[in-house]
Amino acid sequence: MLSGILFFNQKGENLIFRQFRNDCRPRLSDVFRIQVISNAQVRSPILTLGSTTFSHVKHENIYLVAITKSNANAALVFEFLYRLIALGRSYFGKFDEEAVKNNFVLIYELLDEILDFGYPQNTETDTLKMYITTEGVKSERAMEDSSRITMQATGALSWRRADVKYRKNEAFVDVIEDVNLLMSAAGTVLKEDVTGQIIMRAYLSGVPECKFGLNDRLLLDDNGPSRPNGNKNGSKATRAAAGSVTLEDCQFHQCVKLGRFDTDRTISFIPPDGEFELMRYRATENINLPFKVHVIVNEVGKTKVEYQIAVRANYGSKLFATNVVVKVPTPLNTATTHVRTSQGKAKYEPAENNIVWRIPRFTGQSEYVLSADAILTAMTNQKAWSRPPVSLNFSLLMFTSSGLLVRYLKVFEKSNYSSVKWVRYMTRAGSYEIRF
Amino acid sequence: MSGGGDAKFFARGKVAELRIELNSDKKDKNHVRKKIALKKIVANMTMSNNDMAGLFPDVVQCMQIPQLEIKKMCFLFLVNYGRMKPELALQGLPILLSDIEDSNPLVRALALRTLSYIHVRQFVEATVGPLRIRLRDPDPYVRKTAAFCVAKLYDHDRDLVEGSDLIDKLNGLLQDDNPTVVTSALAALLDIWERDGGSGGIRLVIDKANAGKFIQILPDCSEWGQTYILEALMSYVPQETSEASIMAERICPRLQHSNSAVVLTCIRVILYLMNYIASPQEISALCRKLSPPLVTLLAKGPEVQYLALRNALLILQRRPEVLRNDIRVFFCKYNDPIYVKVTKLELIFMLANEENIREVLTELREYATEIDVHFVRKSVRAIGKLAIKIEPAARECIRTLLELVSTKVSYIVQEATVVIRNIFRKYPNQYESIISTLCENLDSLDEPEAKAAMIWVIGQYADRIENSDVLLDDFLYGWADEPVEVQLALLTATVKLFIQRPTKGQDLVPKVLKWATEETDNPDLRDRGYMYWRLLSADPAAARAVVMGEKPPISAETEKLDPATLEEMCLNVGTLATVYLKPVNQVFRVARPKKLEDSPALQRHLLPTVQAMAEMQAMISKQVASPQPKTEPVHEGDVAAAVDSADDYFASVPPGNIGIGGGVVNSNPFSGVMQSPSDLIENNYGQVNRPQTNFTQNNQGDLILL
Repeated sequence: MLSGILFFNQKGENLIFRQFRNDCRPRLSDVFRIQVISNAQVRSPILTLGSTTFSHVKHENIYLVAITKSNANAALVFEFLYRLIALGRSYFGKFDEEAVKNNFVLIYELLDEILDFGYPQNTETDTLKMYITTEGVKSERAMEDSSRITMQATGALSWRRADVKYRKNEAFVDVIEDVNLLMSAAGTVLKEDVTGQIIMRAYLSGVPECKFGLNDRLLLDDNGPSRPNGNKNGSKATRAAAGSVTLEDCQFHQCVKLGRFDTDRTISFIPPDGEFELMRYRATENINLPFKVHVIVNEVGKTKVEYQIAVRANYGSKLFATNVVVKVPTPLNTATTHVRTSQGKAKYEPAENNIVWRIPRFTGQSEYVLSADAILTAMTNQKAWSRPPVSLNFSLLMFTSSGLLVRYLKVFEKSNYSSVKWVRYMTRAGSYEIRF
Repeated sequence: MSGGGDAKFFARGKVAELRIELNSDKKDKNHVRKKIALKKIVANMTMSNNDMAGLFPDVVQCMQIPQLEIKKMCFLFLVNYGRMKPELALQGLPILLSDIEDSNPLVRALALRTLSYIHVRQFVEATVGPLRIRLRDPDPYVRKTAAFCVAKLYDHDRDLVEGSDLIDKLNGLLQDDNPTVVTSALAALLDIWERDGGSGGIRLVIDKANAGKFIQILPDCSEWGQTYILEALMSYVPQETSEASIMAERICPRLQHSNSAVVLTCIRVILYLMNYIASPQEISALCRKLSPPLVTLLAKGPEVQYLALRNALLILQRRPEVLRNDIRVFFCKYNDPIYVKVTKLELIFMLANEENIREVLTELREYATEIDVHFVRKSVRAIGKLAIKIEPAARECIRTLLELVSTKVSYIVQEATVVIRNIFRKYPNQYESIISTLCENLDSLDEPEAKAAMIWVIGQYADRIENSDVLLDDFLYGWADEPVEVQLALLTATVKLFIQRPTKGQDLVPKVLKWATEETDNPDLRDRGYMYWRLLSADPAAARAVVMGEKPPISAETEKLDPATLEEMCLNVGTLATVYLKPVNQVFRVARPKKLEDSPALQRHLLPTVQAMAEMQAMISKQVASPQPKTEPVHEGDVAAAVDSADDYFASVPPGNIGIGGGVVNSNPFSGVMQSPSDLIENNYGQVNRPQTNFTQNNQGDLILL
């Protein structure tokens, strides 16, 4: 497993160096600095030099590096680095060079706790915050306190404390969908899918047992080989009419009892306290694209590019999307642009080589148009323009591209309190790209 | 620990000053001053300021202070510098030993953990006694710390651990009530087993009962614990095919876990168990379950995406059913990191077939206009290789290539030239209309590989290219400055020209033969020069048969792993080796090799190695039966004149200089151009492994070249 964990800033200064095995030597930090940070040719997050492997993740302005010897489980290494970032963000808000320098002693303390001999230990924020805090440990904790902590850190419910109490018991469920689209220049859909997250904020007392229901038609192993794949299947209309969605795949927080889900598709769990990601899912059928985009781009000689872009909102007229941003790529040698829009504001941003068109509020069923010219300067070496795709950003409340709905959330607790539940839906642009 | 604001301590400090701060007599309420001094010391430790080791006595003093925060910093210091100053570190030992007896389990565990990190003989020896007791500590947190402690001791001193009963005790912890303790003990045992590397007497036996128990506690374990259990299941050998099916069925729910380590390791175990399952229906049912979770990993961070893709590349070769329908999910997003794009490209190539070829070509055509040169080249190369892989689509592929050539972007033209040469080899005497398009772009060729490819085309089709002699002569003009690769191609092409159109070639041949034999110090070039010379002068008919002979067919399947590697890789899904897709011991020499254990349930006849062996035998028996290809009749022409001039020349050379033996004649004009296989990992030390270039390269137009 991991031999050491290193943090660097962008200059290559070592911010954290913690070894967990004897084979991790300080000079390895020089090796990483030279081979990765100051090497512009690096094209892989994994680098093996001799018997040492450096696996790194970049986050904000820091590099987090795991050192391993031998053939380690790479998935575990990266998943751990991601977890480390999540922990850092949860502890310090932002996890960047400044935060690391301001909390380096605490980070060493955390590392000592979440890795033993390089093996990841309990990484649950809630539990860790019970005994590793930014406020300073209250000098000597009482004995029972410590054993409570140790039970928590090793127990089957390592993610939840038993003594949570709320005056008002509430649970908030956010269904957040990222809709991904890749459309070809000819207007055919090359790829469309939804990756959804269900985020729950549970403010529930005691040890509540929750059951969660969706309008799903999970086809994980339905009817064997005849399983439909892609959008070509004719049965999709009837499915949609029946008000159910087909989830291609879903993945759950570790609190969900996967065995039960596998046998009878019930999502049952004892939630951690506070906010957590209950599940992730992926849907590829019956995707409702919130926006239709029509792009026409003409390169007029070598001096001008003409754009005609129409965006149409495909959702109900009572809904509206906010913060719609359309990015229209321009050639590198653009000198000036002339832009006209029927709604919102468009601005040429030379640093990004984009015309950025912002529409703060986009009502359902409406259509807005942008027309623009980019005037080009003459270039000595005429290199072909790579024509990056037009991309969209937006967020749209009370709409799910997959059609997913939460049918129920039941909470059972031995004290039998009643609880209030809230559900919110949102669809955002994941990577919403239209080639031209 | 007091949060935030520590950045100001993150500066290089002087030992003397820090010593004064640690020992100051001033009033130090709550030891605030000492804390600050210690923080400065920890910061300097990070900057590998080894002077800090001089502060040992002072830091040991601080260990007495009953504050957890101070204690932790002192312990960190001890772990870091203990090995450097063993005799000073010893002063801290009594404090650690007394902490192991503390009433607070967190303190006990901390002391035990710290003690076992220190690579100093006295510390290691002093650990054994307390460790025995802590393995039976009433607190599970201490027990799980103790479990890892055994593995740590084994790392420090193998003999000490093997000579004690610690491993037995560790085995005992597998029966513990607490799942975290069980998985910790399991991880520690696996670590020891892995390090033992087969040299020691340690065997890992996981029988049906053990495996069943582990699977039973899976749902109660932490995500990391689940990974450790799944890793351990790889050592379980099913004895009956039904055992394997049940086991696979029971771990399937793990595929829905949000931790990708759990998912990928679970995929590894299921792939492994499939080797022991007889029923094809069960296997295809399992394959269908693997696909969605694998694709879902593409929504994770780019590093995990990359890993998932590399593994998809692997799984696709072993169990093609897994990803049969999913080519579109591998289409690149514009902002994907380059390493993700390149692997997606490889997958698209592998999944391309007659049905989806149009879609694929449109996609590749798109990639060929992107910015990253390496990626663009690979895309162009992929299009060429698809022409070879999917015969009915050849025309379509070539059309796309020509479109790209017309962009006149130098590196696209060069890459296209190289692949078109391969297309000519695959489909001789077809698509010759492309030649004229290629000839229009001669000037933009400046890379050896592209030049050599173009020269090959000119030589091969010398009788159909009107001005082939002029074109060759142009290339020959720069002979002296060309790399050997190009010189070899020029030599062969000139001889081909001469054989096909003797009148056109008779001026060039003697010139080139002379250069190749006299004015070079490259043995390959000289040998080939002499070989042609001898051939031409001895037997023109044979020369024609050899030089213009039928070439062995080429295929686009060269990037497939060899069966043995494939089999081994499938036992290592999710590990670093899958990024390199090379035999594990080539990259990681110390890794314990894994192989499929035999059992009555093993479906031996379905293993890639066994199947490859059977195919090979079938092929050999077929070849023996088939007759040798006939040689073509030879046109008499001006050959005689050229032969004379050659002979004249030889007469003028002192006999000692001619050393032509009866060597093996290679009719394959590619043999000389063959690049040496990339020996990236031959010598492990100091060599850099970069994942992009890790397929065996040969010159058959690899997708994976560059």
